[in-house]
Amino acid sequence: MTRRRLRLVVEFVIERALFLSAAGSILITAGIIFVLLFETAAFLREVPLADFLFGTVWTPLFFDKHFGVLPLVTGTLLASGIAMLVALPAGLMTAIYLSEYAPSVVRRTVKPILELLAGVPTVVYGYFALLFVTPKLQALVPGLSGFNALSPGIVMGIMILPLVSSLSEDALRSVPNGLREGAYALGATRMEAALRVVFPAAFSGISAACVLAVSRAIGETMIVAIAAGQQPRLTLDPRVPVETMTAYIVQVSLGDTPGGTIEYRTIFAVGMLLFVSTFVLNLFSNWLRERFREEYS
Amino acid sequence: MNSIACTLRTGLVVLPLLAGAACGGGPSESGAPAAPRVITADGSSTVAPVTEAVAEEFQRANPGTRVTVGTSGTGGGFQKFCRDETDISDASRPITPGEVAACAKTGVAYIEIPVAYDGLAVVVNPKNTWAASMTVAELKALWEPAAQGKITRWNQIRANWPDREIHLFGAGVDSGTFDYFTEAIVGKTKASRGDYTSSEDDNVIVQGVGGDENALGYFGFAYYEQNHDKLKLVAIDDGDDKNGAGPIAPSPESVKNGTYRPLSRPIFIYAKVKALERPEVKSFIDFYLNQGIPLIREVGYIPLTDREYTMVRGRFSARTTGSMFEGVDSHSQLTLEQRLTR
Repeated sequence: MTRRRLRLVVEFVIERALFLSAAGSILITAGIIFVLLFETAAFLREVPLADFLFGTVWTPLFFDKHFGVLPLVTGTLLASGIAMLVALPAGLMTAIYLSEYAPSVVRRTVKPILELLAGVPTVVYGYFALLFVTPKLQALVPGLSGFNALSPGIVMGIMILPLVSSLSEDALRSVPNGLREGAYALGATRMEAALRVVFPAAFSGISAACVLAVSRAIGETMIVAIAAGQQPRLTLDPRVPVETMTAYIVQVSLGDTPGGTIEYRTIFAVGMLLFVSTFVLNLFSNWLRERFREEYS
Repeated sequence: MNSIACTLRTGLVVLPLLAGAACGGGPSESGAPAAPRVITADGSSTVAPVTEAVAEEFQRANPGTRVTVGTSGTGGGFQKFCRDETDISDASRPITPGEVAACAKTGVAYIEIPVAYDGLAVVVNPKNTWAASMTVAELKALWEPAAQGKITRWNQIRANWPDREIHLFGAGVDSGTFDYFTEAIVGKTKASRGDYTSSEDDNVIVQGVGGDENALGYFGFAYYEQNHDKLKLVAIDDGDDKNGAGPIAPSPESVKNGTYRPLSRPIFIYAKVKALERPEVKSFIDFYLNQGIPLIREVGYIPLTDREYTMVRGRFSARTTGSMFEGVDSHSQLTLEQRLTR
């Protein structure tokens, strides 16, 4: 009887503990959103939304204050764009090779090694970009500054490559073998089968992976904070210093900007913009996966 | 079953333990000597690193004495000092006539003690062949708020310089270096353009300028000395031939003899005479002017000359009160040595 009661108590406690940890993460998320909304609202009472979103000069910490977030947005897009130029082709080719061509021994060894790339701390990638990649690139690209968007962009591409390749490979491999065999039966080569049959069939999963990768690149912080510079500049030139939204937040958080001032609130406004854009991208990725899913039974 | 219960028990036990550990730290800390002797210093955030370094060594040598170092800024520090609230005031400029009056009103007598020189270096990339020197007017045109987004190429500063984009690196807005540079060059504290790479971390500026032919940056001179192989100094011409004709590059000598202007200045501590009756305050200042000197270079400043330190020590032991700068500002022509001998 006591044993039975003890079991009931233990069961009850465990259930509550599990519930609390699940509820905890939801509460924390809600708390973050609340703080972001609250501080952003305070910011927008002082700076009109249009000035914030469409202004082309960002100097909130200085004498002549301007709150146009566009230089930070272009900095972010530039670095992420370069990362995508690296990660998407390389990641997709890797995925197609691993899923369609590689013998299973190769796949079983290469895939975990690739995934190791995603486990390297981003601060290491940041200094790798600043102290190794940039000096090497300076020999190839004339006029490349010590801080630039190109080098962290490339390194960020390497970092998110496994995300693209791994998720795309899963999508490719979940295409039923019947489709491949059907293509071969019709006389398709391996490449034709891979590119014209398997790839379109896995398209929803692959595009979802790509959108996730974009959202990862936009939110990436350390690499760009270390290697891209800290100068908000409205440019699409990958050779000069730029500042991304995340790097700006780091810069202000490290200084001693007093709480409650407009300078302090800018980081929440920028954080909100960042949050909204990655949130929309993640929703878009989900929608893509649902919308273009091909059902094979 | 057993293992679950066990996990659960550890789970439940850990929390109170942690709380206990956290509480455990309390009593032992406050249980130190009943009445610790406290020396209070406040003032400039530029001088604070020196005072902090000296305080750290002093406290190690004199257990039971505590030195608190605030950073209210030079002005804020003098406000408290003249209200008789602090023992020592850190200052990155001499006391102003207004502050002299405030101290006189409350009867706070003080000894002015120069402790080191602070110098800023303007640097470019070693591959930069054109910018060997700049005038203060050119630096002002480049860094003032009105230059933001307008002065973006080298040939806008001087017509015969190359038509290339200029990449600027400088101190972050929270640093004393930023305040000093804007005050000395632009003429108004914190008035700066905002479209440059700003960082509190001098390494970022070294990296940026060292890796970019089109870059120009500024930071504390002592930091240049550690990185002189990656950077090139720009000589500064203040247009005033009385303190050295033409452009003058910063060096320990040109900073000390007062010819590298306006980007060098002495920094001070002000000691309250009444506080010197307390033996710990007196021995702290003695410590500052003897064992403290090697620390000055470590924290990034330039020590005074030995002759100047001897005079300063003499001034302190003779309890000479008042300011050497009364009536004139720190940018005037006399060198520190001339003032000390006056």
